[in-house]
Amino acid sequence: MSFQLETATVASDTLRRVAIDPVSRVEGHGKVTILLDEDNKVHQVRLHIVEFRGFERFIQGRPYWEVPVMVQRLCGICPVSHHLAASKALDLIVGAVRVTPTADKMRRLMHYGQILQSHALHFFHLSSPDLLFGFGSEVGRRNIVGVAQQYPDIAKKGILLRKFGQEVIRLTAGKRVHGTGAVPGGVNRSLTADERKDLLKDAYQMIAWSRDAVRIIKELHQQDPALYDHFGTVRSSFMGLVAPDGSLDLYHGVLRARDADGRILFDQVDYQTYDRLITEEVKPWSYMKFPYFTAMGPAAGWYKVGPLARVQNCDSIPTPFAEHERRELVAYGGGKPLHGSLAFHWARMIEMLFAAETIKDLLHDDDLSGTELMTGGERRREGVGVIEAPRGTLFHHYQVGDDDLVTMANLIVSTTNNNQAMNTAVREVAKQYLDGKEITEGLLNHLEVAIRAFDPCLSCATHALGKMPLEVRLVDAEGTELDRKYKA
Amino acid sequence: MNDSFLLDGEDIPFTPGQTVMQAAAAAGKYIPHLCWHPDFAAHGSCKLCTVKIGGRFATSCTVRAAAGQEVENRTDELDAKRRTLLQLLFVEGNHFCPSCEKSGDCALQATAYELGMLTPHFDHFYPDRPVDASHPDVLLEFNRCILCELCVRASRDVDGKNVFALAGRGTRSHLVVNSDTGRLADTDFAATDRAAAVCPVGVILKKRVGFAVPIGQRTYDRQPISAGLRADDKAGAGFGEAG
Repeated sequence: MSFQLETATVASDTLRRVAIDPVSRVEGHGKVTILLDEDNKVHQVRLHIVEFRGFERFIQGRPYWEVPVMVQRLCGICPVSHHLAASKALDLIVGAVRVTPTADKMRRLMHYGQILQSHALHFFHLSSPDLLFGFGSEVGRRNIVGVAQQYPDIAKKGILLRKFGQEVIRLTAGKRVHGTGAVPGGVNRSLTADERKDLLKDAYQMIAWSRDAVRIIKELHQQDPALYDHFGTVRSSFMGLVAPDGSLDLYHGVLRARDADGRILFDQVDYQTYDRLITEEVKPWSYMKFPYFTAMGPAAGWYKVGPLARVQNCDSIPTPFAEHERRELVAYGGGKPLHGSLAFHWARMIEMLFAAETIKDLLHDDDLSGTELMTGGERRREGVGVIEAPRGTLFHHYQVGDDDLVTMANLIVSTTNNNQAMNTAVREVAKQYLDGKEITEGLLNHLEVAIRAFDPCLSCATHALGKMPLEVRLVDAEGTELDRKYKA
Repeated sequence: MNDSFLLDGEDIPFTPGQTVMQAAAAAGKYIPHLCWHPDFAAHGSCKLCTVKIGGRFATSCTVRAAAGQEVENRTDELDAKRRTLLQLLFVEGNHFCPSCEKSGDCALQATAYELGMLTPHFDHFYPDRPVDASHPDVLLEFNRCILCELCVRASRDVDGKNVFALAGRGTRSHLVVNSDTGRLADTDFAATDRAAAVCPVGVILKKRVGFAVPIGQRTYDRQPISAGLRADDKAGAGFGEAG
């Protein structure tokens, strides 16, 4: 099954190829290729993930206790998500079905620190240049330095919000990046009263600044509703974790999905059974897989994850300011889910506010200074850990042998879940803005804006060693194809 | 009254029969080393403890201290040679500190920090060395072996089990387990053996411990290896003399 503009219907060698390589201001390395005819009519658009990682393979044969530390090297922006998802899966291997209250809250604090810093990084450092200056504005100014020069107050808040999130991570994980706080069965540290007090001093300011950030993105929506409501619209199902009571919980819960109109597709699903819900498809032109709901098939079963999915998937947010903002977003949709790519930013800032409020609440909890860090139980051979990473639902699945070595690892990384949605978004934008026009840098940036809205982490999302179809083409100097080999 | 020699210009007392390394350790002076351990006979293989005595190179763990010796230790020339030796050790094995559970307790890593080794410099060998996880309590991660033979000595001389040996020659030298299958599970090795706790790097590891002690709170996180505390000396006795 091919999607419109995924595969050109006319011979590709008669078309002109334009590439955005690399896509900038995203994590990892990807490129977009566009095939145009002589009238600049768009025939094909693809987001390719061109780097290869292979973590799923080289984790095999390693001792399970090493995994939470090793897999977080997937990423320098959201290592905590991989660290925690792996730890949650391996909790089950060591029989820790429920970790201690101290371990649970230390991990939650670490995770919400991660959400705060990652969302701040994405909005202020990566996306605000597009949103504040315009998608086609002067390229030399369209970056965080330009924002710092023209909007110093906004840039400062972004940097300090991120710094606070990283400080939360440092105190819970041991380092700002690639810490080791979570271990199978619990954590290896708790917080002192002084550490909690130090963080609390700034926590209220972070809530205030997060509220400001929500206000900024709402004002941008109001200034240009036509753009913000319709740019890169991708109508699709969406999925995420919710707490058993339906409220937003980014650390733990059950799987829920809705269709494009907001009707529940499934709910209260134990994520240990995720592999019965989701199938991963591979395509020959990208290292990133294409997951879909098995029951709906690849053509109709693809879905979105991430902030916009989560904020519209849950029934409520358990912190007051964020809940107030969620209601406003839902009301803006008039009872129907928003699907515009730029609405991701609005939802992301609501989540940042939720994270800031949750961090404040957790810091008041004395369990964070408890001494019962680890637990265990009857050994198991298999475990699945799922967490809502900043970019969406993250699955870690491991099997471990009696000798303690990992025998199987499967990761469905947040960005992978959004693969089809991102491809659809760039095609929609290409049709809307590029079709028939002379290509300029500013127009091409529109495609990148659509990709950035998903906050993709391309380096996290590519692991399909041994499953990747490979196509090799031999061409002569004139570009004529002499031979082609295809390995499925 | 003891005799004494000069180590980098400092008077170091010694008793007859002591090596330069033993006397320096007793005086709290650090000479970089990996294969030397105060509880075991000197091995002289890693060459990291090479010093200059009267202008000639000598391994301080094997050469006897003598009155009036002038010993150069932490000179730029010697530390540069030590860095090269460390770089060779790093590229001959597979040392991935970021995910290694020994990080912070590893003498190889700590010595590299001490000597300011910033890059591996040489091409990596990337040897193929599968782990041995057959034993219920202990994992063997051969990728990190530096061939110091401390486990060989401890198992043979203290535990009386002779579980380990080096096989192969030259760059193909490698640690092996003395059993018909070559598996640790098929020996009488126990997690309480002296050999289980003597590895200066991350080859012999008690299972299911991993990162229970946070990075940042480990032996060489707290103080550099030159301060004398050993990761395998949990009593914190610091530099020790030969037992």
